[in-house]
Amino acid sequence: MKEKIADLEEKARRLRVAIVKTLHKSQSGHTGGSLSAIDMVCALYFNKMRHNPQEPTWDGRDRFVLSKGHAAPALYVTLAECGYFPSEDLMMLRRLGSHLQGHPDSKGTPGVDVCTGSLGQGLSMANGMALGLKLDGKDNRVYAVLGDGELQEGQVWEAAMAAAHYKSDNLCALIDSNGLQIDGDVSKVMNVSSISDKFKAFGWNVIEIDGHDMGQIIAALDAAEAHKGAPTAIVAKTVKGKGVHLFENKASYHGVTPNDEELPEALKCLGCFD
Amino acid sequence: MIATRDAYGEVLAELGGENDKIVVLDADLSGSTKTGVFAKKFPNRFFNMGIAEANMVGTAAGLASVGKIPFLSTFAIFAAGRGWEQIRQALAYPKANVKVVATHGGVTVGEDGGSHQSVEDVAIMRAIPNMTVIVPADGEETKGAIRAAAAHKGPVYVRLGRNKVPSVFPAGHKFEIGKGVVVVPGTDLTFITTGLMTAQAVIAAEKLKAEGISARVLHIGTIKPLDKELVEEAARETGAVITAEEHSVVGGLGGAVAEFLGETCPTLMKRVGVYDRFGTSGKSDELLKYFGLNAETLIEEAREIVSRKK
Repeated sequence: MKEKIADLEEKARRLRVAIVKTLHKSQSGHTGGSLSAIDMVCALYFNKMRHNPQEPTWDGRDRFVLSKGHAAPALYVTLAECGYFPSEDLMMLRRLGSHLQGHPDSKGTPGVDVCTGSLGQGLSMANGMALGLKLDGKDNRVYAVLGDGELQEGQVWEAAMAAAHYKSDNLCALIDSNGLQIDGDVSKVMNVSSISDKFKAFGWNVIEIDGHDMGQIIAALDAAEAHKGAPTAIVAKTVKGKGVHLFENKASYHGVTPNDEELPEALKCLGCFD
Repeated sequence: MIATRDAYGEVLAELGGENDKIVVLDADLSGSTKTGVFAKKFPNRFFNMGIAEANMVGTAAGLASVGKIPFLSTFAIFAAGRGWEQIRQALAYPKANVKVVATHGGVTVGEDGGSHQSVEDVAIMRAIPNMTVIVPADGEETKGAIRAAAAHKGPVYVRLGRNKVPSVFPAGHKFEIGKGVVVVPGTDLTFITTGLMTAQAVIAAEKLKAEGISARVLHIGTIKPLDKELVEEAARETGAVITAEEHSVVGGLGGAVAEFLGETCPTLMKRVGVYDRFGTSGKSDELLKYFGLNAETLIEEAREIVSRKK
């Protein structure tokens, strides 16, 4: 177990390096929210989910929905690391002609099942997948990563109501609660707390974790799978920009990328010296 | 006489028996949209999503993503209006295989009033890339259109009505997406019509014949993609076009035809429809008269446009 956690932590470190390099190259994209979500995305793809990078549309795969679609770099570097597409593609992020659109686009990117980016819509899609998989008698699971600011969208709560109503226990929402959104503190822009109480009130099983503690993440994902009769929300306390002190807890790094001066320091923070 | 929504309920239940990939979603209006017929027959493939249209659209996208063919229904104002951005992002942008079948389109919703009378849905659905937009004339065409929508891979918007409408097409009429139908031949002008206005145009053409005016009726069941061939042929051969729809003249069939002919074959034209205003309460037949959506208006406009040709 210890070894598994250490492996995943090392994987996440490498993915953070890839996020920073990718965003430095693109000079456009969302740094803070990609770095806050990456540990959970890493745990899902390298420990939890059944998937096959050689056959992205494999029928037996679990499903992943990045509802906070602006964290696309976190998803893209993970898919590249898995082998869904060559890592060189990352250097084309957000460029004209690239399959790596600013926000996830299922039409072009292997491993991406739905289009997200307009906030508040992913949980509905994820629950639709969960309902369809259950209808077919499949035991596949569906994971959706949402931001905490995103919870201000009313559709999230329509979806939360529906998932509990239909007892979608094959659905797990991971809330990347980094406490910041574009205009500042989530609590000041439009307070969404208590996130856990809200999901509980809607009939969900709720697990609170530190979203950067790999041991807690994988334990929560296992507990979510074991819980029957209701969907699970993993409410993960995270740090926006996690891993690079230059970006940590700064709302200003929501949609700002590392510049030439910041890059060496950012990579150094991540233990990357190439 | 049958309401297009009744034809929908019937054919949807038939399709449910033929293809178990078909699932149906509704937002607390299954009695009115007639998806209730399907729900009764296939309860495990029917999802009542409550009064939450945005989530209904997203849920349908998810169901399509795992291989289902979702049909989702509610009134046109809520499907196209409330769900517009979800339809754009979750259905059209990824080309999701979801069919949005909206009932209670237009002013014939009647007594519920302007809040419930969608006169903009065709325009806003048509503006979205990848969308197919269908407005059947009668029950028979509705059955064909729903079958065609189920067979078509990708998002489709079908607009249906609340009230019984006269039959235009014979039983077994074959519907093809993107193909118009010349219902009445004619040489002096063409009524290019959709939805319940096609039946009115047929009546108008018959009456105009007695006056020596030969009016063609071209029914456009698919607003998008538009049957450009038949529209251009009508413009060139008859030299005058009157569009008619139970919808705003902004952006619907009239808009589509005007845009197309303006660039390819500028033609004398008149758009009959709702002139940039909201609906109002009343009986549906009163409202059709109030908004000039009837054969009488078409006859007057035909006389006018033919006189302008000279």
